[in-house]
Amino acid sequence: MEISGKAIKFGANIDTDVILPGPYLVHTDPYELAKHAMAGLDLEFPQKAAEGVIVVGDKNFGCGSSREQAPIALKYSGVKCVLAESFARIFYRNAITIGLPVLVCTGVSGKVKEGDMLTVNLQTGKVENKTNGAVMQSTKLPEFIMEILDDGGLIEHLKRRIETHE
Amino acid sequence: MNIIEKILANASGRKHVSPDDIVEAKIDMAMTHDLTGPLAIKSFREIGAKKVWNKDKIVIILDHLVPASSVISAGLHKIVRNFAEEQNIENFYDVGRGGVCHQVMPEKGHVRPGEVIVGSDSHTCTYGAFGAFATGIGSTEMAAVFTTGKLWFRVPEVIKVDVEGKFQKWVTSKDMTLKIIGKICADGAIYKGLEFGGSIIRDMTVEGRMVLSNMAVEMGAKAGLIEPDQKTLDYVNARTDKPFNPIVSDKDAEYEKVLDVDVSDLEPQVAVPHQVDKIKPVTEIEGTEINQAFIGSCTNGRLEDLQSAAKILKGKKIKRNVRLIVIPASQEIYLNALSEGLIQAFMESGATIGNPNCGPCLGGHMGILADGETCISTSNRNFIGRMGSTKSFVYLASPATVAASALTGKITDPRETMGKVH
Ligand code: SF4
Repeated sequence: MEISGKAIKFGANIDTDVILPGPYLVHTDPYELAKHAMAGLDLEFPQKAAEGVIVVGDKNFGCGSSREQAPIALKYSGVKCVLAESFARIFYRNAITIGLPVLVCTGVSGKVKEGDMLTVNLQTGKVENKTNGAVMQSTKLPEFIMEILDDGGLIEHLKRRIETHE
Repeated sequence: MNIIEKILANASGRKHVSPDDIVEAKIDMAMTHDLTGPLAIKSFREIGAKKVWNKDKIVIILDHLVPASSVISAGLHKIVRNFAEEQNIENFYDVGRGGVCHQVMPEKGHVRPGEVIVGSDSHTCTYGAFGAFATGIGSTEMAAVFTTGKLWFRVPEVIKVDVEGKFQKWVTSKDMTLKIIGKICADGAIYKGLEFGGSIIRDMTVEGRMVLSNMAVEMGAKAGLIEPDQKTLDYVNARTDKPFNPIVSDKDAEYEKVLDVDVSDLEPQVAVPHQVDKIKPVTEIEGTEINQAFIGSCTNGRLEDLQSAAKILKGKKIKRNVRLIVIPASQEIYLNALSEGLIQAFMESGATIGNPNCGPCLGGHMGILADGETCISTSNRNFIGRMGSTKSFVYLASPATVAASALTGKITDPRETMGKVH
């Protein structure tokens, strides 16, 4: 699976309260959540992300609360993948669960500028910056996580597991 | 093995586990609430499941926007209430029955040492204070737990934190916790477990220990455990009649590293905006003006917190133009605070008392901040916009520091307040 898109960059310790502020947690429709993606930092984000983007973070991306609504808001606003130096663990699990690829990519925050064109190969973990030619290797996702992503998230994955069991 | 490894090995039917192993663990208790529950229920339906795996192991608590703050939140409550009814979940704490989820869980006897507990809330790690492996998960993962009663975990590397020394007067477990966060940093324990030990933890009340485990997630940790001792057993035995198996670390347990902390000279600490690991001694930021002060939340809304704040506030008036909001974390705490006269002391000082719930902690309702406003709070997060406007400022501190600051309208060292005014 190869993904490409323009980079939108953020700094370190981007928490789930800025990714999706508390007051919007009352919404259950993913597209409604998407309208408020990154509302804590950039109200224009949903417009920027609509074309299909790759978010690049620094360390500890997604720290804070367990709200699954945070990766949902990103995914439905148009984010195809998140690359970061490191992720907070609940955010990481939630992103996989809802089918948003998240890759730990050491050095990415220094080798990508806002607006650079990136391609990411989920199978191999290879990340290329088409704008400046930099090539990076992200940590490859374990097999069982790739299976969840391939199925489009945990729900579809569980459904398939239940079907194949029965 | 250390306590975390031993619990995960037990729960997954293995003799031995080590860091980086992936295990599928049986879940002993699963908790959800009004903000993450509806999504879990939606996912449960989408999976196509009809019945939960074990209705007695599920606890549902309405606490984030309680009583309903809007038509939308009322709708969320309705979804959750109907689900509890449909699945015959007896451990359902509706408005007025419980309080903040992480207080209600142990208080009502749903937390036992040695158990694996998940909650669709990041501060589920609070139950580590009772020697349980407890961690936050997302809503859809909760739906998977509702369906199967199991969940995969990566066995984490564990950092041991040994805390020694004695607190000076008006220095509390919150100050110690903030100090430790400042040392480990917000990303210092990502994917890792924390185990807290040392003489001061042993000396501390169960309530004080909960503050520390509660904020383990503020260091990125998966869980923050304290070995159960007699105090833990006394607390738990008084609240549950279910059997349990207390687990402690082996003598030769392995840790990724050991961090030694001494609290003997510790001053009251404050986390300054907008990071939980930007920690300063109160004396460095004294005088910062505040508009609001909040005493409550799953971090510091317990009886000893209210007692400490009331000692400072009793017989005095809070500063004009400052709002002090006090929210006992549970119905039980509220009742005890009433009978001890604490609520009266707060009200006479000019405080507003809220019903047990999360309140302003997450900027949901009951004390949202406007642009440019500053709040000092006993809660656990000071992220941008956490308590309202993205242009507001949140400082985190102990109940004593918050109470002292409410009196003066500025961030204030409680030692000074209590030293000057007798
Ligand atoms: S009190 Fe605050 S931190 Fe605790 S569960 Fe409620 S919203 Fe979360």
